[in-house]
Amino acid sequence: MTLCKLKTLAVFALSLTIAGCSGMGGKTGTGEAADVRDGGTSTSAASAGGEWLGNPLDNPGSPLSTRIIYFDYDESRIREDHLDVVIAHGEYLASNPSVTITVEGHADERGSREYNIALGERRANSVRNLMMAQGAADNQIHTVSYGEERPLMMGDDDAAWSQNRRAELLY
Amino acid sequence: MRYILVFFITVVWHFQAMAALTIEITEGVEGALPIAVVPFGWEGTGAGPGEDIAQIVSNDLSRSGRFKSLPVDDMLARPHSDAEVEFRDWKVLGMENLVVGRIQPNGSDGYMVRFQLFDIFKGALLTGYSIPTTEGNLRATAHRIADIVYETLTGEKGAFSTRIAYVESLPGADGKPRVTLRVADADGYAPQTIVDSPDPLMSPAWSPDGLRLAYVSFVRGRPAIYVQEVFTGQRQQVAAYAGINGAPAWSPDGRQLALTLSKDGNPEIYVLNLATKALRRLTDHYAIDTEPSWSPDGRNIVFTSDRGGKPQIYRVSSSGGRAERLTFEGSYNARASYSPNGKFLTLVTRQGSKFRIGTFQLGSGRLQVVSDGALDESPSFAPNGNMIIYATKTGGRSELAAVSVDGRVRQRLTLQGGGEVREPAWSPYTIPNRRNP
Repeated sequence: MTLCKLKTLAVFALSLTIAGCSGMGGKTGTGEAADVRDGGTSTSAASAGGEWLGNPLDNPGSPLSTRIIYFDYDESRIREDHLDVVIAHGEYLASNPSVTITVEGHADERGSREYNIALGERRANSVRNLMMAQGAADNQIHTVSYGEERPLMMGDDDAAWSQNRRAELLY
Repeated sequence: MRYILVFFITVVWHFQAMAALTIEITEGVEGALPIAVVPFGWEGTGAGPGEDIAQIVSNDLSRSGRFKSLPVDDMLARPHSDAEVEFRDWKVLGMENLVVGRIQPNGSDGYMVRFQLFDIFKGALLTGYSIPTTEGNLRATAHRIADIVYETLTGEKGAFSTRIAYVESLPGADGKPRVTLRVADADGYAPQTIVDSPDPLMSPAWSPDGLRLAYVSFVRGRPAIYVQEVFTGQRQQVAAYAGINGAPAWSPDGRQLALTLSKDGNPEIYVLNLATKALRRLTDHYAIDTEPSWSPDGRNIVFTSDRGGKPQIYRVSSSGGRAERLTFEGSYNARASYSPNGKFLTLVTRQGSKFRIGTFQLGSGRLQVVSDGALDESPSFAPNGNMIIYATKTGGRSELAAVSVDGRVRQRLTLQGGGEVREPAWSPYTIPNRRNP
């Protein structure tokens, strides 16, 4: 709710994200506003409820502040709860053609390593394809798959695996 | 004498710094052959050789699971040649075979190692050799003796003189893992660094002559395939296309590499001619095609594909054509590679929630699970086809394990020094002498 209110206030600055908000409004919790794994983003502006005047990528109230997309086991389809994030980044790239991004695809440790490289690439490509559907250009998006070589979380359980099946967006 | 001591200290330091692998048998074969390997006699002056050849031979034979070595302290006599052997000394201890030997100075810095192998029950000499060697080659000489003993007694070629390549990950000074591709003797000794990187290193593959390794290295966010001379360290980048450059596999003649590239949109198998750099595409499917492995006769390539919905093993002629699905059992079969005789594949297979190592018989299609871990991967046949080395996870740490093809002998290979080891690749036989090229 807070997120939608903020977006309404910032309607001119972030007009492109409105579609994502109205479509997914119920699903986008405030929890997404500050992704701790992304580290260091300030939340002061969001709690003040005012218009974000800085770089939209740094706005903790925007889906653009989310830089990690998680996937289901052996899946590369973007989950419904992550669609608005990818769409927002795609739209941001489309409206900022000089900005480039690296999309890293990752897998959990189960199964063979080279197959996981292929799976990670497929995940990175799903993100890229959805971004391009928003108007981002091919040459703005570099993809690379690290497979299971760079886990975010150590551990041999579902908690770790679900964190490691991911795509990371690096500006 | 002084230089020998200096050499010895250097070697010890070297091993500690390089975090050697130790190998222990976790499950042996019932009815392993009792054998006694008597400490070899030194017939020169001074301290003599810096390695205990008999101990290395004894360890090699025990490690195979096929032999049970008599502890030195239990020996009633310590003969060094046939003239000194009393068969009854060994008969009462229940020994079936006996190895004795002696080492003599040979030239200014060499040795002559003589050994003899006896059958205790027959009271007969089975074989005997004189092998000239040097201080730096003592371990290699010991492995050669173990190979001769093993082959004489089992009728199968030994694999003690081979080596293992593996990827090691150690926490670096900055907390980030440091990844190193290493090559060690098959008993874990004398690890050498092939390449070291802050970024992932993957998929080491030996050339059939044992002189080169192909591997994947990530540099600045892009993977590339390199071929490196093991002895000189000289390396060449052979594939650095957009997207995946992965899973290199040598053709049996060593002239071509099968590899996975996604430059045309999704992962496909290609064959690269190393001399001409000509690239030939072998598969054409929108699904994932990866992890190629060449049959020993060079005619076929097996690979992993999820074109049927889940990863399974397929086979295609190395000259191209239609791919044929080989595995149907279970929801996940991947990373297959051929046994040296071409009759089996070893692969990763999902059993319930566990990923284990299996052998797949090509004629019958029979799949047998041979490992017992939960996250086993990267299986590789020993060149004699008797053992499979693979990566497993114990207590959250990745380490190496080996299992006999029949599943009866199990070994664990632990890295001393806190690092993790993965992606083992067993070398072919033809390893030239690295210290004396």
